[in-house]
Amino acid sequence: MNALSKDMSGPLALFANRLNTPTGAERQSAAGALARTGLPDRKVEAWRYTALRALGKQDYAAPPEQVDASTVRALLDGVLQAHPAMAALPRVVFVNGRHAPAFSALPDDVDLSFFAHEPQFGLQAAPDRDPLVALNTVLAEDGLVLRVPAGVDAGHVMLISLGVAGAEPLSFHPRHTVVVEKDAHLRLICVQAGQGTYFHNPVMDIRVEDGATLEHVTLQTEGAQAISLGTLYAHVGHQSVYDSFVLGLGGLLVRHEVHAHLAATRGEVHVNGAQRLAGQQVGDITSVITHAASDCTSRQTVRNVLDGHARGVFQGKVLVERIAQKTDGYQMNQALLLSPDAEIDAKPELEIYADDVRCSHGATVGALDDEQLFYLRSRGIPEHEARQILIDAFLDEAVALVVDATAQTFCRSVLAARFAGKGEPS
Amino acid sequence: MPAVTQTREAVEKLGQSTYKWGFETDIEMDMAPKGLNEDIIRLISSRKEEPEWMLEWRLAAYKTWQAMTEPKWAKVGYPPIDYQDAHYYAAPLKKPGPKSLDEVDPELLRTYEKLGIPLHEQAMLAGVEVPEGERMPVAVDAVFDSVSVATTFRKTLEEAGVIFCPISEAVKEHPDLVRKYLGTVVPAGDNFFSALNSAVFTDGSFVYVPKGVRCPMELSTYFRINAKNTGQFERTLIVVEEGASVSYLEGCTAPMRDENQLHAAVVELVAMDDASIKYSTVQNWYPGDEDGRGGIYNFVTKRGICRGARSKISWTQVETGSAITWKYPSCILQGEGSVGEFYSVAVTNNRQQADTGTKMIHLGRNTRSTIIAKTISAGRSDSTYRGLVRVQPKASGARNFTQCDSLLIGDQCGAHTVPYIESRNMNARIEHEATTSKISEDQLFYCRQRGLSEEDAVGLIVNGFCRDVLKELPMEFAVEAQKLLQISLEGSVG
Repeated sequence: MNALSKDMSGPLALFANRLNTPTGAERQSAAGALARTGLPDRKVEAWRYTALRALGKQDYAAPPEQVDASTVRALLDGVLQAHPAMAALPRVVFVNGRHAPAFSALPDDVDLSFFAHEPQFGLQAAPDRDPLVALNTVLAEDGLVLRVPAGVDAGHVMLISLGVAGAEPLSFHPRHTVVVEKDAHLRLICVQAGQGTYFHNPVMDIRVEDGATLEHVTLQTEGAQAISLGTLYAHVGHQSVYDSFVLGLGGLLVRHEVHAHLAATRGEVHVNGAQRLAGQQVGDITSVITHAASDCTSRQTVRNVLDGHARGVFQGKVLVERIAQKTDGYQMNQALLLSPDAEIDAKPELEIYADDVRCSHGATVGALDDEQLFYLRSRGIPEHEARQILIDAFLDEAVALVVDATAQTFCRSVLAARFAGKGEPS
Repeated sequence: MPAVTQTREAVEKLGQSTYKWGFETDIEMDMAPKGLNEDIIRLISSRKEEPEWMLEWRLAAYKTWQAMTEPKWAKVGYPPIDYQDAHYYAAPLKKPGPKSLDEVDPELLRTYEKLGIPLHEQAMLAGVEVPEGERMPVAVDAVFDSVSVATTFRKTLEEAGVIFCPISEAVKEHPDLVRKYLGTVVPAGDNFFSALNSAVFTDGSFVYVPKGVRCPMELSTYFRINAKNTGQFERTLIVVEEGASVSYLEGCTAPMRDENQLHAAVVELVAMDDASIKYSTVQNWYPGDEDGRGGIYNFVTKRGICRGARSKISWTQVETGSAITWKYPSCILQGEGSVGEFYSVAVTNNRQQADTGTKMIHLGRNTRSTIIAKTISAGRSDSTYRGLVRVQPKASGARNFTQCDSLLIGDQCGAHTVPYIESRNMNARIEHEATTSKISEDQLFYCRQRGLSEEDAVGLIVNGFCRDVLKELPMEFAVEAQKLLQISLEGSVG
């Protein structure tokens, strides 16, 4: 099948020379879907606020086999030195979408394998509905396949994805799978960082089986010129917990899309997040939380701080199916605009088919409160410090939702290191 | 929970009962052949004795419409509409403009009687003024199918300088005003249905309130869809000059019918400096039977622009009817310090589908908007609130508050909330909150232990749920609205 050679207009053309020869049923079907839909433009409702124009006009090449080790080391050190505890945690490092054993320190208590050895596409991803997942399906080379055996508390695992590129754009499309078996527990910290012009397009397929818990923190500190469009699927079983938090700090265009599926009773999902963006950055947090069983709980708190010409996007949908009685859903999105040119676009959405439910959402947008500033200033705190205190406090209410203390302090340290002294009015 | 079960049963019973206002008036009609093409548009224009510019405007809109496709983004489903399978012009063959009650077609009077329109007062219909000290009169411009056949209170209004007449008349008698404002708020090409309306609209109301005039009465138009297979394309234009104000009521009921009928109205409001427009709607078109057969398709474009500083536009709607409602009364807040309001109760039952909400576009400094939307879903219906709040870069100090609450009665219905919030100004403040729930056991228990029957308790709670909106309705309308709510849901438990 060579469906993709026919219509290669739009951004899809940028991958043209790599899309032509998909092998295997999954890749072929995804290639077909991709050929039909192309990459989404803003007329597609799910991409209403995020344009893929940022992909630019240059072709995206496959990553080279050799990457300069000292550059990787420097980027990795940057991640690990943010907080002293990080270097001691087991980690799996990917460089340009490929596993880099030399930089990894593999965990013990889990079953580990890699997509490159044995491709696993999982059952949740929907390439026919999500063009970026289809793109990943066609182009995926490697990825982490991690399984925590039943009843095991595997502690922390870090998944570090580094992009190393020059001025010529390259793209990588890792495909990760994480399974936390019955009554097991995992604390997963994903970090994305890099330099140069690259396009990171990860897909992660997560299964949290009955009684299990996955605490998942994602830190996006992609390179300043990087585009990162990731999709995550989480299947949540009976009495299990998927507790996630994303901290979005860059690069140029970053989208974190979560599809959480509460498949059995008494499941619990948290899809929290915080973004702090400036310059020309665009950050998009999109989620679809589906309640497909009764007595489940979902919680979502997202906070955005936008400076310069930055644009924040929040699209959060909570879908309560007819069977999902006694659902408890809560969603809150708040934005702080620090500059006259910053923008927030929010679409919190409830779609409810069961009557015995309690669902609510809220959204607020505003500037720093003059009265709060005045209060601090009247106590002798200089204006930029007062602003910094208020901004930090605003974001920290979301960061404080991270249960795992290590991950929480890690997020705080990264924020502090990046934004110390950034309270000046712009 | 027994009370809710009872409510559900009662609601189901209601669905089976005949639509209270389902009747058909037998009046001779002058009909254009089925179908839509340039000739039909020329026919409509010539029947209405319109000037050339109006015809050209229609033809241009028709061209635009032909190039457009029907919008599919709303959360409603219906079989494809054959736009060629409808009559686009139907007029009663009686001479319009009654001089006295005797001249009014008795069939028509009986229709109004069944509708319970305050028109039953003979003096009112004849245009006789109400003596001093009596309650504020209501002027009714009754739109019977496509041609206005009775306009009351012309004299009182004329004395105040207010123009209130069918828009077809305004096109002839006040061409400058109509030409200046028609299509300025909702351009012909705004959307598929507004383009269709602009091409084939047959009638509607025109209101012009001159500078400094407070309209001496509430204006009211009762829309009726009467003849079989005639899509109704109303066009309303309300212009309120500096410092003036008007309250306008729109209410509708339609005869029972088996075939779906398309209704694509356009309403445009223009408010200048310090002007205020209050636009209230009670919509009770035939919703279809319990299996969703028949019923009106209500695809309406309503938009107002606050052009002047400190102007105000307020939309209040109680939506209980129609098989499908697709309606987003909006405000463009251009003037500094202008205010937009949207109060809505939408009740759906059986197989009804409603996708309704508002858009508040903040352009000017210190503009404010309030959105209160209450949705009640029962039976197998689906109800969606879809709203947009957009703050443009120049709208410093803009303020919005939105509250959307949904109440679900029964486990086969759906309630959805889709707000869009877009802010490009750091000094704007936007707050949005939405809840979805059923009637809480706590509330029921509280009422019950104070001696209320379960039915009364449910009635009270539903009533309270809608109160924020109902209290915004003008007196004349509040009664009808409450009646409608009772018919739809609440009467069943009381």
